[in-house]
Order: sequence, then C-alpha cells, then structure tokens
Amino acid sequence: MNTNWFDFEKEIAEMHSQLVKAEETHAQGKLDMSDTIEHLTKKIKEAQTTIYSQLSGWQKVQISRHQDRPYTLDYIENICTDFVELHGDRHIKDDKAIVGGWAKIDGQSVMIIGQQKGRNTKQRQMRNFGMPNPEGYRKALRLMKLAEKFNRPVITLIDTPGASPGLEAEERGQGEAIARNLLEMSVLNVPIICIVIGEGASGGALGIGVGDRVMMMEYTWYSVISPESCSSILWRTWDKKELAADALKLSATDMKGNGLVDGIIPEPLGGAHHNPEEAFANVKATILSELQTLKAMSPEQLVNARIEKFSAMGVVQELPA
Amino acid sequence: MAVNHSDFDDLPMESSDSTWYKRTLSGILTKTKDKKPTPDGLWEKCKRCKEVVPSKEWLANHCVCPSCHYHERIGSAEYFEILFDDGNFTELNANLSSGDPLNFVDSAPYTDRVVVAQKKTGLKDAVRTAHGVINGQALCVACMDFAFIGGSMGSVVGEKIARAIDHSLATKTPFLMISKSGGARMMEAAFSLMQMAKTSAKLALLAKAGIPYISLMTNPTTGGVTASFAMLGDFNIAEPEALIGFAGPRVIKETIGKDLPKGFQSSEFLLEHGFLDFIVDRTELKATLSRLLSHIQD
Repeated sequence: MNTNWFDFEKEIAEMHSQLVKAEETHAQGKLDMSDTIEHLTKKIKEAQTTIYSQLSGWQKVQISRHQDRPYTLDYIENICTDFVELHGDRHIKDDKAIVGGWAKIDGQSVMIIGQQKGRNTKQRQMRNFGMPNPEGYRKALRLMKLAEKFNRPVITLIDTPGASPGLEAEERGQGEAIARNLLEMSVLNVPIICIVIGEGASGGALGIGVGDRVMMMEYTWYSVISPESCSSILWRTWDKKELAADALKLSATDMKGNGLVDGIIPEPLGGAHHNPEEAFANVKATILSELQTLKAMSPEQLVNARIEKFSAMGVVQELPA
Repeated sequence: MAVNHSDFDDLPMESSDSTWYKRTLSGILTKTKDKKPTPDGLWEKCKRCKEVVPSKEWLANHCVCPSCHYHERIGSAEYFEILFDDGNFTELNANLSSGDPLNFVDSAPYTDRVVVAQKKTGLKDAVRTAHGVINGQALCVACMDFAFIGGSMGSVVGEKIARAIDHSLATKTPFLMISKSGGARMMEAAFSLMQMAKTSAKLALLAKAGIPYISLMTNPTTGGVTASFAMLGDFNIAEPEALIGFAGPRVIKETIGKDLPKGFQSSEFLLEHGFLDFIVDRTELKATLSRLLSHIQD
C-alpha cells in the first residue's frame, strides 16, 4: 500500500502507521493483534471514504500528480499484450515525452499513444516531465495516420502538465504541431478514445485529445491552464491555487457536468496508486465497452458525430439587436 | 487611433505576460516633463520612431508609420474598412455575446468584465465576422479585436469563427482569419480550450471542400489561438514584427532561465523557421490577398 500521504490524509497516515506496527507485532507471534488490525483497517476505510467523498478541486489536482500514480507505460504493460513501441516523427527526433505503438487489448489491435512522465530524476529529465515538444505531437499524428491506414482504433492516454515551453519548441512550431493534430484528429477515419489518466493541461493535452469518447479518470483534472498559472495571472500570486482550481471547474465531475467530456472512469478509494490493479481493470473495461460501440459505426458516422460533438461545446447568448 | 496602453495591464489570458508592450528599448520612456502634447485629431505620433504625421495621412496609410513602417495595432473596424471594396460588408452573428458557464469570479465577476469591455469598446466580444467583396472577389473574414479582453478566445470567439467557416462552406467563399490574441480566455476555462478543437474541426471541413483558407497573424498571436486556427492556413501570413508563438515570452524566459534571443517569436523569426509563407505590409495587404487568390479561384 502507498505510504506517500497527502497533507489532507494526515489522519489516515497516523492510523496506517499504527496498523503497520500492529501487523508487525502480530506477525512476530508475541501478541494476538487481530482485533486491533481489524478495527484500524475499518477505521482507515471509513476515514478514506469520508475524505474522498468531499475532495476539493485542488486535492484532486494533487492526487492526479501523485508520484506513485500509474503512468501511460504502466497502463500499456498491464492492460495490453504484444506491445510494439514505434519511435520518431521522421523529421527531427524521437520525443520521449510521448510514447506509442501497436498493442492488443483482449486480442484486438489498437494504436495506443500517451504522454509519459518519469519516476526518478533521471527519467523525469529524459521524459521532460511529460511535456512534449512539437516532434512528440508529430510522432503521435504519424502513428494515428498509421492506425487509419490499417483500420485500427486509436487510444490516447493523457497525462501532461502542458506542452513544453522552450526555445526549441517554438523554433520547431509547437503551436503548428498541436493545431495540426486537432485538425487531423477531428477527421480521422477510425475510432478514437481519449482517457485523461493524470493531468490534462491545456493545448498540450488537447493535442492528443480530440476523440469520439473523451473520458476522465475520477481524480484527474483537465482545463485550459494549471491552477498555479491561473492564480499567477488572475490573482498575481501563486497562493490562490486552491481558489483557482475551484473556479476553473477542472475536476472530472465538473467537466462531465458541463458536457465537455463523455464519461468518468472510477478509481479505487484513495486514488489509482492505492490499487493500480483495480485502476487498470477499470480502464480496460471502459476501453473494451466503448470500442464495441464505436466499431459498429462507419467512418463517416464517426467523423460526423465527432465534429458535431466538439462544435456544440460553448455557451453563448444572442443579444437583442 | 491612439492605443491606450493601460488597456493591456490586466490580460486574463493563458499566455498573458504582456512583454510585448513593455518597450524597454524604445518608445515610452519619455518623462512627462519632456512630453510634447499635440492637439487631438490633427496629428499622430509614431510610437516607435516619434515621427509626427498628419492624422489624415496616418489613416490613409492604414495606421502604418510612413517613416519607420511601425504597424500600429488596429481593430476589426479598420481591417474591414481596409479590405472590403468601398467599405461595404455584411456582418455575421453580430449580437452573439458571452455566457458565464462557470460563474467565474476572480477579483471581479466575469459577467462584469464582459459588460465593462463591451461598454469600453462598443464591441460584443473579441472577434467580428463578415462577408463582402475585395477587388471584386467574394471573401469571408473573421477579425479579432485585441481591445476586448486582450483578444482572448472564449465560446463567442470560437462560435463566431465556426459559423463564419460554415458561411464560407455554404457559399464556397474563401476564408480569411485575422488573428490578434493573447490566447484562450481563462474565465471560460475548458470551454475556451474546446474552442480550439471546434474551430480546427470546422477548418478540416473547409479543407476537404477545397475552399481556400488564409490565416493572417498580427501582433500578438499567442497561446491557444496559435495552437489552433492561426497555424492552419493553406497560407500562413503575418504583418511585420508581430509577436507570434505558443508559449508567452516570459514563460519561456522563466523556464530556460536565460534572456531570449533578439527577434525571437517575431514574424521574421517564424518566416525563417518555415512557419509563414510570407510577411505582408498592411499597406499591401489587400492587393496581395487579391493576387494570391487570383491563382486559385476560377
């Protein structure tokens, strides 16, 4: 079980350390601690249920960034077989912040693509903290075009704090690369399922996020800007991130409520990192059931419905002339 | 045509870092006691080279300094006047106005900000769309207004551009987008973000129908606007010395911890790196558009 607790889980962390001690004592055979263990386990679950039923926007942002949370390659490894990773955009290089390739889910071949974060300093550097450069988006598009060519569905896993802001990214056309993906994804002739598995920050997320189904895992966020940057621009301080997170309505429930995503994939109590197996199973089940629906549609039906869905997003009013 | 710089002090856009109007090298460093006031309406002073030009001449030159070619920022009214024959055009969806889907409040409620911006500018939102004729050729134009909350893109901007593209599709008319924006409008959060997908999807339909799309980028074009319709032209063109980029200069500077090279993210920089077809002086814009379209329109 996870031992990296959030500040809002202090109460659980304390009970958990008692539980670990109790289990050790019990295991040594000196004392029968089974009653205590049972009691603590029950108490922890109760506390978790309470805390996780009333999470704030900012707390969900924190969970989406937990260092032990499963990343794209963890999902691929645990829900797919026969993964063949494909590299490079054929122009500049291979962007390690986006991974992708052929994989089988329950025997069906799909093109699976996602942003990849690193777990330690070295990996984080290699993966650029999950912040893709233009060549990452161009690699993603190349793979999607392959999927279209061979008539296989596309699955994208979104987990990025944003597209990389840097000299080279601008020189190589970060804006153009993302824009091109939005255009091409909207008319791709195969089913596309997009799942926010962690952070969904702005254009960097949307760059692989135009799909027939856009799903969010329960404790993830998706918006036009991170709460920290929003706070810095609107309130001119980094300290209003909690306020900003609430104002942006960036949680899965808010996004679903506003009709901006199609569904929510439940996570285990305490977040995906508490029980990755359960998270993998839920994601796999969602992909399989959505694929079944989408595979029954013709390419034309898919594209028309996809464009109609995104065209309907927005709230405007007609003023009297 | 004087631009009030205090308008740009508080720009709630994703890439809002306002670096482009802090002219530390030239321009607004004149001390108050050194300022030489000129009577309103008779003369215009170039913000860059300080050349004083009769207002009539300044306007006839489309607010471009005759001496140093500095392109003063102008809005949709001026672009429509410059482009459409005899200044005649039909505006589309002129009364679309913003909702407040998120009940967004920062230091002021979003609805108040919209009302203030509408009163101040006389505009309904940050884009106007119209169709008309330029040198005899039918054209549908969407033009952004920076004066309205920094030209930021919310639902109205996305919807009006989408409907203008629908008009181009229905009438088989070429589409011109004049971008001028700090990016997505934060107070509509993910609704703003999805306008990127909406407008790009519509442009995909325009491309499929074989209808020309020209994207003109003006100072500034950044953030979600760059990462959607602005970069998707069959022809991507720009006014000289415009700031064009995805991330704002301050964000990049903070990320890399170094000063940015001179001219970074300028029109000239983008042309050099292969993202623009050409740079066009505003005084040549109408003639150039006609010449370009003459090659592809029957």
